[in-house]
Amino acid sequence: MSLCILLISITAIFVLFVSFSKEAWSGTIALIAVLINAGFSSYIAFNAVLGQSYQDIINGGYIFGDIPIRVDALSGWFILMMNFTVLTGILYGRRYMKHYENKSGGIPMHFVGYIINHVSMIGVFCVQNSLAFLYVWELMALSSFILVIFEYKNPKTLKAGINYLIQAHICILFLTVGLIWVSSHTNSYDFNAISQYSASVSPAISSLLFLILFIGFAIKAGFVPFHTWLPYAHPVAPSHVSGVMSGVMIKLGIFGILRMLLLVNQNYLSIGYFILIFSLISGIYGVMLAIVQHDLKKLLAYHSIENIGIIGMGIGLGTIGMGIQNPYLAFAGFAGALLHTLNHSLFKSLLFYGAGTIYQAIHTLNIDSMGGLIKKMPQTAILFLVAAMAISGLPPFNGFVSEFLIYQGFFVGIHLGSITLTTILILSIIALVLIGGMALLCFTKAFGIIFLGQERSQFDHEVREAETSKLLPGYLVVLFILIIGLFPQLFIQFLINPVRLFTGSLDVGLPVLMMTDNLQSISLVAWTFIFVIAVIAVIKQFAGRNHKKITSPTWGCGYEVPNSRMQYTAGSYVRTYRKLIGPLLQMNKKEEDIEGVFSSPINSETHPYDKIEVIFIDLPLKFLNNILARVRIIQTGNVRHYILYGVLFIFIIVIFSLLNDVWVYLDNLLKQI
Amino acid sequence: MRGLSFILIVITSFFFTGIIFRTKSILSGRKGRGIFQPMKDIWRLFQKGSVYSPTSSFIFKIAPNIYFASVVIAIMLIPFGDQKGVFSFNCDFVFFAYILAVGKFFNIIGALDTGSSFEGMGASREALYSLLAEPAFFILMGSFALLTGYTSFSDIFSSIHFGSYISYAIGGLASFVLVIIAMIENSRMPVDDPETHLELTMVHEVMILDNSGFDLGLIFYASHLKFAMYGAIIVNLLLTPGKEWYYSIPIFIAVQVLFAIVVGTIESFMARFRMSHNPQFIFALTSISLLIFITVLLMTGKIL
Repeated sequence: MSLCILLISITAIFVLFVSFSKEAWSGTIALIAVLINAGFSSYIAFNAVLGQSYQDIINGGYIFGDIPIRVDALSGWFILMMNFTVLTGILYGRRYMKHYENKSGGIPMHFVGYIINHVSMIGVFCVQNSLAFLYVWELMALSSFILVIFEYKNPKTLKAGINYLIQAHICILFLTVGLIWVSSHTNSYDFNAISQYSASVSPAISSLLFLILFIGFAIKAGFVPFHTWLPYAHPVAPSHVSGVMSGVMIKLGIFGILRMLLLVNQNYLSIGYFILIFSLISGIYGVMLAIVQHDLKKLLAYHSIENIGIIGMGIGLGTIGMGIQNPYLAFAGFAGALLHTLNHSLFKSLLFYGAGTIYQAIHTLNIDSMGGLIKKMPQTAILFLVAAMAISGLPPFNGFVSEFLIYQGFFVGIHLGSITLTTILILSIIALVLIGGMALLCFTKAFGIIFLGQERSQFDHEVREAETSKLLPGYLVVLFILIIGLFPQLFIQFLINPVRLFTGSLDVGLPVLMMTDNLQSISLVAWTFIFVIAVIAVIKQFAGRNHKKITSPTWGCGYEVPNSRMQYTAGSYVRTYRKLIGPLLQMNKKEEDIEGVFSSPINSETHPYDKIEVIFIDLPLKFLNNILARVRIIQTGNVRHYILYGVLFIFIIVIFSLLNDVWVYLDNLLKQI
Repeated sequence: MRGLSFILIVITSFFFTGIIFRTKSILSGRKGRGIFQPMKDIWRLFQKGSVYSPTSSFIFKIAPNIYFASVVIAIMLIPFGDQKGVFSFNCDFVFFAYILAVGKFFNIIGALDTGSSFEGMGASREALYSLLAEPAFFILMGSFALLTGYTSFSDIFSSIHFGSYISYAIGGLASFVLVIIAMIENSRMPVDDPETHLELTMVHEVMILDNSGFDLGLIFYASHLKFAMYGAIIVNLLLTPGKEWYYSIPIFIAVQVLFAIVVGTIESFMARFRMSHNPQFIFALTSISLLIFITVLLMTGKIL
């Protein structure tokens, strides 16, 4: 029995188990299922990353034909990354869902969705038959939809879920068009047919094919302007689901783009420029909007867009490297992109777990009503801090390593090519620096306002640290973050095989050597940094042993009774920034006027809104609504009218077929003319 | 010797800020304090006890340590002419900028930790200004990478040659950009006035209102080190490679002193900008660096 069939049957059995089990048990059973599936697939994937690809063919019958299952180094890298996050996700989610037990039902359904989602994601990474791929993709989209709408009784959740469902299917529409186009020309569903087809047609058509597939995958990945589903879907989903969605599910889009880069022949240089500029905009736009968000999970969702941008910049750089046949650029770009994919899945899932823990402790996600949580939830705070620093790309954490790889490519590439290349690369450097700076602004805001200072609002229940089993997955992730951050040179070895798929005949030996050497220095400096911090701490301890330490309230600059409402808020922290980029933002403000001498309390509300969403989603929808409103006349709501429509429809069909001869005659006539 | 620049920068840091104060006092006709007075102040602070607010957490206590450590590591990356720094690798200037950002990150959250209404204000400004100043530095280094074909501090500085007039223009502009970046990063005039007495008009000073004793000493000394560090980068632009140490070390000291005097002079004759003008001023630096970049493009013959 082949391994794939085994995987599918295990899943089926466990799905049955979970559906009929008690609520309290379903999480544990799902954990076992995920563990088994992850174990099997990781084994194959790990071998693939080390260079031993796995291949298997399932007979899909008359409709699918043979379904090749191929796990090469690229799939392997993604499967390993995905398995880890899905695993920490279920470890966390098992505890997270405890809060909903005996309340809403639907927990077993949720875990069924989780298992199926996991398997379908494995499927996306290794199925190489266009039609089967679309099916697996659809399964993944549907199961994640079920995961998102766990709290379906809340209309906001349902609305966001349906928004997600629709956009996921627009993505599938593009993929279907692209993949079926190829198979209709080649009569084969095998992915290899794509490369044969694109080699046989003109470059323009090949580029068009790539563009269609790129847009499809870009919707999944959340590139601007196809990102609008992310900020809705992430906040409403349970936190472990947001973690998995943001950490790995949007990476399916990245995987797809990389896979298509391998399959579709094209002019690498121009496609590289295209991807680079596209990602540059995504990166800056994502973080730009993230800063002004005050819903913690929405803020994190916008950061996913930013990080997808960074990954895209790596891919663009690598593709340019292939275009100008420079192994250093190609390696720096692809290795940076792949490593950042892994890194992002780590710190982003950690941030979402943190957000979930906070949400369950204080029942709100509004940053401005948090504050001082570090004293109540010190462990969550430290986990969040590590993730926040990692996502801002600060050493000695993992986010820096992958950004550093990409930076190296940019700076080396600057003097290699033409003026176009130099200019685009300097623009990319500016973009990456700005992204880094803005991420710093955003996460000092997030961490500072959420955890530090005094409480900004009173809660009528006690705020407590989460239990250890809920923090454990977080610690697992932190461990990984630190390993990558402090020993980055080890990971280069794992990246060689996946990158080699792209570079092909180019020899990456020298760049690998240089990178390893360089990352070794980074590791050394990072350790020195920690050492210096420790030395200073010891000196401070030693010097201060006889000194008096006094506790006294924060200096209020002369004011005697400061209270917690006088602290800086998230809104005021980013106000200068918001004014600065004002023209690019849309802030919906609701302000009441002060009336009378002794005014009653007034409220003012600000809601940031996405300008691109206005242009790409809201305006077309409005237009569509206007057109469809005219057709609405036939929707009378009267049953008899609908029966009439049915009868009319059948009547027309009958007439149509009766007149068959007439159509044939007309057709012939037309042909004769 | 790899540690030479580190030692020189530490030595310079002892008198750098003193010279700034001295220049200011002479220009305003005061007698002024001795040039080692700032160091004596710091030494005094190291021996003092501390006051901690009950609002603050451990973040507030470790923030100065990490800030100081980040500056120390950054200094270790600075070369001295063709002598490498303690650490030297490809794109070390990227690491340089990012390690300084780590320090800034902790400085900012340390300020937010006090829950003060004023310190958040300073933190917000600091985060924004450093965000705006960063691109200028990277474009500058990018231009040098393009000019020399190398991507590390020591390789770039040891292969920069100023031959033609246009390259002198680059040197001048680059020094200007670096001086201004140093002023911004160290919160000096015209972006920030360290001697103002109104919290609303401060940037850096207001962030450290609650720090005291050893912590405050660390923060002050880190700032002195940072000044000397940027001075050292400027020196590196002017050092000709291959010169004997008895030329280059005096050049180093002389340029640092000159830099301090320039800073003092600027501070004597300029008032702080309005807060709302600061972002424009800082971002204008980026356009100057772009000017350098275009000049380099001209020199390397990419634009004809």
